[in-house]
Amino acid sequence: MNLPDAEGLCQELVRKLRPGVTASTGIVGIRTGGAWLAERLHQELALATPMGALDISFYRDDFDKAGLRHQVKPSQIPFDVNDRHIIVVDDVLYTGRTVRAAMNELFDYGRPGKIELAALVDRGERQLPIAAQYVGATFSVPAGKLLRLVRDERGKFILRLSDAKPAA
Amino acid sequence: MRNPQLNGDGTLQHLLTIEGLPREMLVHILDTAASFIGVTEREVKKVPLLRGKSIFNLFFEPSTRTRTTFEIAAKRLSADVINLNIAVSSSSKGETLLDTVDNLSAMYADMFVVRHSSSGAAHLIASHVAPHVHVINAGDGRHAHPTQGLLDIYTIRHYKKDFAGLSVAIVGDVLHSRVARSLIHALTTLGVPDVRVIGPRTLLPAGVEQLGVSVHHDMREGLAGCDVVMMLRLQNERMKGPLLPSAQEFFKSYGLTPEKLAVAKPDAIVMHPGPMNRGVEIDSSVADGPHSVILPQVTFGIAVRMAVMSILAGN
Repeated sequence: MNLPDAEGLCQELVRKLRPGVTASTGIVGIRTGGAWLAERLHQELALATPMGALDISFYRDDFDKAGLRHQVKPSQIPFDVNDRHIIVVDDVLYTGRTVRAAMNELFDYGRPGKIELAALVDRGERQLPIAAQYVGATFSVPAGKLLRLVRDERGKFILRLSDAKPAA
Repeated sequence: MRNPQLNGDGTLQHLLTIEGLPREMLVHILDTAASFIGVTEREVKKVPLLRGKSIFNLFFEPSTRTRTTFEIAAKRLSADVINLNIAVSSSSKGETLLDTVDNLSAMYADMFVVRHSSSGAAHLIASHVAPHVHVINAGDGRHAHPTQGLLDIYTIRHYKKDFAGLSVAIVGDVLHSRVARSLIHALTTLGVPDVRVIGPRTLLPAGVEQLGVSVHHDMREGLAGCDVVMMLRLQNERMKGPLLPSAQEFFKSYGLTPEKLAVAKPDAIVMHPGPMNRGVEIDSSVADGPHSVILPQVTFGIAVRMAVMSILAGN
């Protein structure tokens, strides 16, 4: 299938986010794709608060099945989350389970004032009552396929569809 | 022979010894531990990873630091921890080790953390328990203390960034030390080019060179230019017969003083697995001095044990 241009979707997301952010808005990307996207959004929106990144491995709901085999990176939230407006960023919104885990982790840093969700792509098929406030594009992908954001050697965003989960 | 701590697919089922574990597995444990360091700096110092799991701390030998850090690690992973001080419990009434384990398994244990004065006790338990149960060796006789070895290499990596080109000296009672054995295996697996053991002939095991270390009987010669000094505790309780003239004599030759440390690199770090005998293997001015990373070792031990528990529980 033909996938949309990820750079174009990123610009679309910047345009939609701009009216909703203030100097104190905290932007938090979910590793790995969401953190790349958050880094770009943080830069384009010229946000004053440093960006955060979450590795939700310790909050996954499939730990009993999947274990901890891939490389975990430290989560970093370099600001006080209490009472703050936080935008959680992920590359692809799918079942909603990753976002659930990210919200649980955020609450272990404090009590955010408001959490919103931004995603480059919403591919539907939600298994939890979670919705994104800011979306680059909405389209469906065949079940069982993995849609994710990758970066080329110059850092350009590309959407990629693959058959199975990558080993790492 | 199959490595008894690995599953059929090569993942870690139990942690019994560092010997024979691949380098990538050690690095994966260290990297996972690094991610847990941040958890301890947050408002809520817990993650829900092992929610609903029961971890039994089975200590047949006294321990404060190891037992406490295992307990904290398990609690930060949201597991339920049951501490059993067996020295004053069933085994003193005559129950066998495996009967004790069977009874605790009947209480739905998911993981055992075992400290025992007999080498091989953790192996015995690991070969006995049901397939879903994990066993961590928290020190067995003179054999191994793998989580200590891991926290030692975590500490070295934290301060020295890289293992290539390092010189590490392990000093003192190597003969009785499971800590030394685990550290030596970890360092050689990670490719540390220069590992030295320093001590009197009576306290170095015969054939220790075969582990890939150089042997020194003189402190100044052994410490010259090294990056890391690991002091071992003089294990009075394990000593049978006259291995040493006296503790004072030992301190004179092998106690780490500022003067002896001066021949190491200027940025050398000093480690000790605890508990320390001040004035026996280490001088207070070194133990409390600027080179000492003895207390950070304890703190890193929590994250390292969290990493080991969560990797095992997920396999």
